[in-house]
Amino acid sequence: MDEKGLHSIVLIKQVPDIEKVRFDHEKGRIDRSSAEATTNPFDLNALELAVQVKEKVGGIVTALSMGPPQAESTLRDALARGADRGILLTDQRFAGADTLATSYTLAIAIKKLGHFDLIVCGEKTVDGDTAQVGPEVAEHLGIPHVAYVSEVKNVTREGIIVNSRMGRSYYTFFLRFPGLITVTKDVNVPRLPTLRDMMKARRAQIPVWTSDDLVDIAQKERFGISGSPTQVVRVFTPSTEGRIGKVIQGDAENIAKELFIVLRQLGILG
Amino acid sequence: MISMEEGGVMVFAEQEDGMVHPITYELLGKGRELAEKLGKDLSSVLLGYNIEKEALELIYHGADTVFLYDHPSLKDFDVIRYKQNIVSLLKEEKADIFLLGATPIGRSLGPRVAAAMETGLTADCIELDIDGADGSLVQIRPAFSGNIIARIKTRTKPQMATVRYKVMKRSHRDTMRKGRIVRREVKEVSETGIHLLKKEPLKGVDISEAEVIVSGGRGLRKPEDFKLLEELSRLLGGTVGSSRPLVDEGWIGREHQVGFSGNTVKPKVYIACGISGSPQHLFGMRDSEVIIAINKDPSAPIFKFSDYCIIGDLYEVLPALIREIKKSVGE
Ligand SMILES: Cc1cc2nc3c(=O)[nH]c(=O)nc-3n(C[C@H](O)[C@H](O)[C@H](O)COP(=O)(O)OP(=O)(O)OC[C@H]3O[C@@H](n4cnc5c(N)ncnc54)[C@H](O)[C@@H]3O)c2cc1C
Ligand SMILES: Nc1ncnc2c1ncn2[C@@H]1O[C@H](COP(=O)(O)O)[C@@H](O)[C@H]1O
Repeated sequence: MDEKGLHSIVLIKQVPDIEKVRFDHEKGRIDRSSAEATTNPFDLNALELAVQVKEKVGGIVTALSMGPPQAESTLRDALARGADRGILLTDQRFAGADTLATSYTLAIAIKKLGHFDLIVCGEKTVDGDTAQVGPEVAEHLGIPHVAYVSEVKNVTREGIIVNSRMGRSYYTFFLRFPGLITVTKDVNVPRLPTLRDMMKARRAQIPVWTSDDLVDIAQKERFGISGSPTQVVRVFTPSTEGRIGKVIQGDAENIAKELFIVLRQLGILG
Repeated sequence: MISMEEGGVMVFAEQEDGMVHPITYELLGKGRELAEKLGKDLSSVLLGYNIEKEALELIYHGADTVFLYDHPSLKDFDVIRYKQNIVSLLKEEKADIFLLGATPIGRSLGPRVAAAMETGLTADCIELDIDGADGSLVQIRPAFSGNIIARIKTRTKPQMATVRYKVMKRSHRDTMRKGRIVRREVKEVSETGIHLLKKEPLKGVDISEAEVIVSGGRGLRKPEDFKLLEELSRLLGGTVGSSRPLVDEGWIGREHQVGFSGNTVKPKVYIACGISGSPQHLFGMRDSEVIIAINKDPSAPIFKFSDYCIIGDLYEVLPALIREIKKSVGE
């Protein structure tokens, strides 16, 4: 941190709207055209946290996203919600990345950005749904991290004090900068952008970085599909088989009697 | 018998306050099966302080070898110190497969180890197997918030996965089982950038351990109506759960939430009252042994995943059921 305050970087992903997206149950495929793209909901908590830190101790917030060119709209949304600048990593070479290649690419871009204090990620994405990218970015950068942060206790120039729920305990950690945290939904309530901020964000410049912008500090074969050791062999939809599916209906008293017998058979009535 | 073959399957033994997390015994159960298919050894790595006794337990539960890192600096979970010791062990032992629990600790540590090893990591697996043709690890996991299931392979070693709690069978404890405990020298790191300031036991319920869960959804009309569910769950010796909208409304604490952004549960019996069965809710409870759903809409998706589909109004069914149970216990 310098006189200007903290530099926070928020990692944001654009995802399909998971409440609208349709799945082809026969083919086990995702029909991506069925739903609009939106910001990963957990990443809004990450962004809100970074913006609150900036409001408290000063500094700037950079939103960084890797994805197709359309992901630009997610970065504009981040600007409207308080980020100072957005950077989009987009290139055919980045496509097909698993968490190792994604985190590598993001880490290289962060190195290129230069000095930073705090990186904030969402707990997980609603599509990839691994909760791995954050801690993997931290490892590539050689910085400490705390995952599952549910509360921020304090921020100073040197670091951040956070609560994290793990196992049977609540942990309170001091994390020295530069460091990375991943946050749960409990950490805050993301603000809604104002109309004025949305208008301003619409006019902003969003720099686009491709693999050519990163090669001087990266190994190209570690991007995208060639840098991805995991491979999805097959996708299918969860089966509903194996359930009894016995329907019980009618008058409440009779339902209750039948249900009572079921519960007794299951051995949970003592 | 300890095979001379290099590699094998290694399991991370998660401990907190000197107590081994039960997921570890589930991993050892599955790990044993995988190791036998490969014709190789099963080992486990345990880090902590004054935990030799627990190392023996790991052998009783199936480990051929336990690598023990016993040091005051490892008493509490420290992602950097744990990672450094594990990474050098994996490099020396050349494990083919490394498994961790998909617990918060496993999911914080696993990615760091995977990135350091430059290998793949498959999150939150619900099934693992060895491909008979090439001996590789087949990993099965839900993705897209539980909407799809993916079958995944990893082309680098170790093949790493975190495994969901309570889906694999716990290994059988056998005190006659023999194995070796290998004490390893601990790599000391003076400054990791993370300082543990305080550690407090979790307040409130731990719903993921409950045997019976009575859950409420938007079919409830007001916060006070949770009393109905509390009453039933008390009679059944269970815990109250909730879908997310009611938690967001502040009707009940987040620790009760079941689903994608809440807890994953696997009780003996899950009773869903006024819950439609969104993919995000199903994500957290679909592995329950028996699912009973009460919903007045016969087309509610939850019924497709239920053993007992009660088509009715929860405000009529629950009071009647409570009366019926009370009658039988003489309350
Ligand atoms: C990123 C993300 C994460 C999410 N995480 C979670 C999560 O962890 N957990 C979760 O639960 N949701 C989660 N959701 C929300 C999820 O998509 C659904 O909105 C939610 O599960 C719906 O809750 P519900 O079933 O209680 O309500 P509804 O879908 O509104 O269903 C209410 C049901 O009650 C029935 N009903 C009404 N009155 C009665 C009555 N008198 N008697 C009987 N039945 C009645 C209705 O027929 C209906 O089926 C998440 C969403 C997103 C986008
Ligand atoms: N393509 C991406 N671009 C930017 N950030 C990402 C990307 N993928 C994942 N992240 C970050 O990593 C977190 C965890 O993602 P995941 O491992 O996919 O569950 C997300 O909440 C984001 O903060």
